[in-house]
Amino acid sequence: MHRNLVRTLLCAGLAALLSLAAWGCGSSGDDSTETSEARQTHGPQAEAAIADYRGYLQENADALVATTKPFVAAVVAGNLAEAKTLYAPARIPYERIEPVADSFGSLDPRIDARENDVADGDFEGFHRIEKSLWEESTTAGMAPVARQLQRDVKALAGKVRAVELAPEQIANGANELLGEVSASKITGEEERYSHIDLVDFEANVEGSEAAFEAVKPLLDESDPDLSGEIEADFKMVFNSLEPYRTADGFVPYTELTKADTKKLAVAIDTLAEKLSLVPAEIASSEHS
Amino acid sequence: MPPLTKISRRRLLASAGVGAAAVGFGGGGLLVGHRLAEADDGTGSVPFYGEHQAGIGTAAQDRLHFAAFDLLSEDPAELRELMRLWTVAAAEACAGEMVGSVNDVPLAPPDDTGETVGLLPSRLTVTFGFGPGLFEKPGLGLGAKRPPALRHLPPLPGDELDPSESGGDICIQACSDDPQVAFHAIRNLARIGRGVVAMRWSQLGFGRTASTSRSQDTPRNLMGMKDGTANIRAEDSEDMERFVWVGGEGPAWMRGGTYMVTRRIRMLLEVWDRASLQDQELTIGRHKYSGAPLGGSEEFEPLPLEAQRNGHPVIPVDAHVRLASAKENDGARLLRRGYSFTDGVDESLGELEAGLFFISFQRHPEQFVAIQQRLGSLDALNEYIKHIGSALFAVPPGAAPGGYVGEALLA
Repeated sequence: MHRNLVRTLLCAGLAALLSLAAWGCGSSGDDSTETSEARQTHGPQAEAAIADYRGYLQENADALVATTKPFVAAVVAGNLAEAKTLYAPARIPYERIEPVADSFGSLDPRIDARENDVADGDFEGFHRIEKSLWEESTTAGMAPVARQLQRDVKALAGKVRAVELAPEQIANGANELLGEVSASKITGEEERYSHIDLVDFEANVEGSEAAFEAVKPLLDESDPDLSGEIEADFKMVFNSLEPYRTADGFVPYTELTKADTKKLAVAIDTLAEKLSLVPAEIASSEHS
Repeated sequence: MPPLTKISRRRLLASAGVGAAAVGFGGGGLLVGHRLAEADDGTGSVPFYGEHQAGIGTAAQDRLHFAAFDLLSEDPAELRELMRLWTVAAAEACAGEMVGSVNDVPLAPPDDTGETVGLLPSRLTVTFGFGPGLFEKPGLGLGAKRPPALRHLPPLPGDELDPSESGGDICIQACSDDPQVAFHAIRNLARIGRGVVAMRWSQLGFGRTASTSRSQDTPRNLMGMKDGTANIRAEDSEDMERFVWVGGEGPAWMRGGTYMVTRRIRMLLEVWDRASLQDQELTIGRHKYSGAPLGGSEEFEPLPLEAQRNGHPVIPVDAHVRLASAKENDGARLLRRGYSFTDGVDESLGELEAGLFFISFQRHPEQFVAIQQRLGSLDALNEYIKHIGSALFAVPPGAAPGGYVGEALLA
């Protein structure tokens, strides 16, 4: 779950609306002497970046609704095998845009919380169903959970339409997605029952790359070398996943050795360290 | 006379009382025994005996060695004897004396392992605690004396606890400004306990992450943030009585004691380090370098929790300091006394295994549980940390010379 995006979204939104220094949106030091340039309008490049990424968000939010539907239908119909097959495809679009979901308050925990994240009675969403399908080998009792999930992803798609975006915050979202990989996908803590963590891993990185690609033209202006390095690092990360790909997805997380996870973690940390430089870079290029 | 086993030789030493420890040994005459007054330069000795155990209100030292033990025996007499021997040995070490007195008999292994010979006690404190499991062992018959407050900690949101790094029937917290002195204390007590207890898990800590005295500067934890600004200070005796020391509500044997919670908190430093300065500050709720709260300018000013800018709270609703504040927890406060740690590399990730070994002392464990319920569910900091170990101990009141820690419980 990501809370950083809440703040960066609000910062971007506020800064766009007001010519005052937005709360908390600046470097350390006296709040009172904080200044930032008026950002009531974005230049054409920034607008293009925003439009580009908004398109990606919408596409995946709609895909999430579309892939959740048959998954939910299978659960409600009691078709265990089919539900298990349809679980991973429904996870992919969500994991590509996850930080945006988290900016909408309780939607992310309702859709994506793991069992130990929430109090006993509050465990629902994808992972509650995942537990039922893989650990309990049943769909019994999951129909209401599945229907609620469908309602929640629809609500998410609706909110995505209206979300405020700004280039630095899109770039920060790219970082957030890699943080997701580091925190729970690389450790196998995300998909505890189905062990499809590498599916989520790839989706997180795809989402990160899409966010990066959206703001890349801005980065190319201020630091083309960094831009090139990051592009190369994304390729390197995807390559490092290749050995684990199978005909219908990836090997289960449980088959990875410590050496495997270490290679993947090092690849992610390498890319992420460079990617973390982007928000500040494009902020300086946006205002000449 | 029965044959002298290791334990019975030490029994003789114990009955001779504190201060019977040898002052030197042949061949070198290294003098290590003087009871030094508590010196500000960090080399002096802290009195072991007193109304409360030391190492709680004591100004936080720089280094920690902590150990949790499983009790192997259910013989009450053995447990009493263990605590007697441990009390004597701990008092010796804290006074800068060698443990035991058989340290220069050629055919005998020395009582004291020797690595602190020539070192000053450096404010060593040794603090003992009893875990809930101790009261559940039928042979010990302590069930009726179990404090109602001493219930196993419940599962808390976000827990990723490793059972082998959690729990314990008995704990020992050794703190000192000299890491070798802290290490030595645990090592020697573990040795004395062989056969009665076995080590369950241990933790070395290398930097204090709290100030427990107004004379101390606020240290930084491994996130580079000042840690402990709003901590209870030992000089605030009203707060110590209200929030830390058990009063009449506990069983008589716990009066003047406290409860200790330990939480091994892994920090995802690689992820934290690539977060922007702004994100770091918004996560915690303070400016990184000054320690001033967001919206403020001085480290020690009260948190401006009501402050707003453009319709939003200046300190975010999910900021760590807000969620942990007394104001948002019905006035509940904890005495925090934790340490930074690293245990090397997590070989499955090629990343640092490091973070905060959190220690808190509170009058009732519920103070901790309530705060952690909130933090575990809502804290922005959760993106960067994982609670991977946990333990709870009842810390008895202090002992007097001739007595031992836990005597009122075990006698």
